[in-house]
Amino acid sequence: MSEHAVELVRVDKHFGTVVAVDTVSLSIRNGEFYSLLGPSGCGKTTTLRLIAGFEMPTAGQVYIDGELQGETPPYRRPVNTVFQNYALFPHMSVFQNVAFGLEMRHVSKEVIQHSVFEVLEMVQLPGMERRRPGQLSGGQQQRVALARALVNHPKVLLLDEPLGALDLKLRKAMQLELKALQERVGITFIYVTHDQEEALTMSDRIAVMNKGQVLQIGTPEEIYERPASRFVADFIGETNFLEGKVAAVRNGEVAVEIGDALLVYAPLERDAVVGDTVVIAVRPEKISLSTTPEDPRALPGVVREVVYVGTDTRYLAELAGQVTVMVREQNLAEETARRLSAGTAVYVCWQPQSARLLRG
Amino acid sequence: MKRERQLKGRRGRWLRHILTAHGLVSYIFLYFPIVVLVVFSFNASRYASAWRGFTLEWYVSLLQDAAIGAALKNSLIVAGGSTVISTVFGTMVALAMERYDFSGKLAFDSLLYLPIIIPDIVMAVMLLIFFVLAHAQLGLVTIIISHVAFNISFVAVVVRARLAYFDLSLEEAAQDLYANEWQTFARVTLPLIMPGILGGALLAFTLSIDDFVITFFTSGPGSSTLPLRIYSMVKLGVTPEINALSSFMLIVSMLLVLLSFVLRKGGEGEIEIV
Ligand SMILES: Nc1ncnc2c1ncn2[C@@H]1O[C@H](COP(=O)(O)OP(=O)(O)O)[C@@H](O)[C@H]1O
Ligand SMILES: [Mg+2]
Repeated sequence: MSEHAVELVRVDKHFGTVVAVDTVSLSIRNGEFYSLLGPSGCGKTTTLRLIAGFEMPTAGQVYIDGELQGETPPYRRPVNTVFQNYALFPHMSVFQNVAFGLEMRHVSKEVIQHSVFEVLEMVQLPGMERRRPGQLSGGQQQRVALARALVNHPKVLLLDEPLGALDLKLRKAMQLELKALQERVGITFIYVTHDQEEALTMSDRIAVMNKGQVLQIGTPEEIYERPASRFVADFIGETNFLEGKVAAVRNGEVAVEIGDALLVYAPLERDAVVGDTVVIAVRPEKISLSTTPEDPRALPGVVREVVYVGTDTRYLAELAGQVTVMVREQNLAEETARRLSAGTAVYVCWQPQSARLLRG
Repeated sequence: MKRERQLKGRRGRWLRHILTAHGLVSYIFLYFPIVVLVVFSFNASRYASAWRGFTLEWYVSLLQDAAIGAALKNSLIVAGGSTVISTVFGTMVALAMERYDFSGKLAFDSLLYLPIIIPDIVMAVMLLIFFVLAHAQLGLVTIIISHVAFNISFVAVVVRARLAYFDLSLEEAAQDLYANEWQTFARVTLPLIMPGILGGALLAFTLSIDDFVITFFTSGPGSSTLPLRIYSMVKLGVTPEINALSSFMLIVSMLLVLLSFVLRKGGEGEIEIV
């Protein structure tokens, strides 16, 4: 058994002049919940289809369980897919749908019977064997699609936005259920989504894609806390971007001049020399506001907007040189909750290690 | 809605009466001859001038008429044979057109519709010339070939309509679940387009069984079909047997149309599920 369930080595996929997948390399470990995350049209589905065997790479290699796939057709690959629109066979019952893969592999009738009932139990659809897909709700169809794939005990399960068609509440519940299911069966999941929150919630590791390229691979925490590029920082969560020039580099820290009046600091995580054009990214929840200058590096400013959003309050603070930053403050117990009003003079401050130095 | 309200005025009421009358007259014009035909097939009198009571005599004499029996057999052979052949080939043509890109596809595509558009008489003459040039002996085989020639187009068009909104991810799902190309076709594609194929086959059968012009030109001695037989009987005058035979064919065609309607309905239900 190979250490990696799936490996892509410098894979390209072109459709005519469209470059759908551009030198993508991925190493997905056994048992991992691995997400491909990116905006619509960035090549997620195509990457999945290259693994499933519905598309052949223009260049590069696809390995499944250590074996080079080459031109191997989909029906000889040890992977199964949960399709975006489920693709259940409308002319077959739920039982026949789920049994299809086992039947094609000439599994005995008794074993099929037993396996199908077991997997329907697992996805919480017992007693639905005789229904047609058309008689099921969206959520139930989704479970049948999952059962139809899982019953084969594939090496890898490929899921293409499987929760995309469900409403928000059901989607949230299914996220947790899917994650628990994956841990229970121990099958490698490759999960395609454009929903960053979903990817953060469910994944062991995430590959963030844009325009056919993989921009960053890491755990949800790494991706969120240490985005490698402006695109990743922007796509995942909310971020303040401050553009400026490096003014000084010392003690593993960089000082960046924003406009002519502001000086902000960030850890020196990549090469930078004085004069470089860079971007400092700070998450709104890492910034604090106070009415007194408690920190020598605090920046004076004025509250411009206050928006109450239930769990927290959002402030828009204007700093010198008309630079604005968004700040999120959690709404704690009511008696201690303090709300600043628009027009209040404040000091804006964050820990230096909360800021990220990115290429301009 | 708005229109209806406008028609409610005084002038509107007159207009409505006229329209109703017009509709009635049209229906009488269309269906009166058919009703007469059916009624007189049960008339005890040999002549259509008067009603002399109910009888099944003419239907019995049909059954005993050897020439009509032979014509019926020919009709069934021609319709059955040409339906089977054109359904198989028409379905293959539809699959090729819908699924594959090849050079000259557009030309093929337009040519496919030609037999539907060409007047029967032109097609009949064309086929006759072809058979004469090929030194083919005119008979059941040449009739079947001719019927296949126009039926393929009809079957292909009907099946293609069904294929046009076939969800390709269903075939991918089958292949993902270890079905090879043949198994995918047999277990997923074929069952799902079957209503279209059966609809096409029924259409082909209906068109074939009542074709006159093309059959007339391409038949030889001893290969008369029912329509040709009726024609030669009519030349000697309209008899109650002809009424009976026509009524019989009327019932059969209506049943076929009903069947194809039911099939198409069933098909639609399934597509909604997709
Ligand atoms: N079969 C195809 N033919 C041509 N272009 C395609 C095909 N499949 C995908 N593409 C293009 O490749 C790009 C990536 O598509 P896709 O992988 O579906 O993106 P995603 O799943 O991330 O939304 C898009 O620009 C899309 O239009
Ligand atoms: Mg997609």
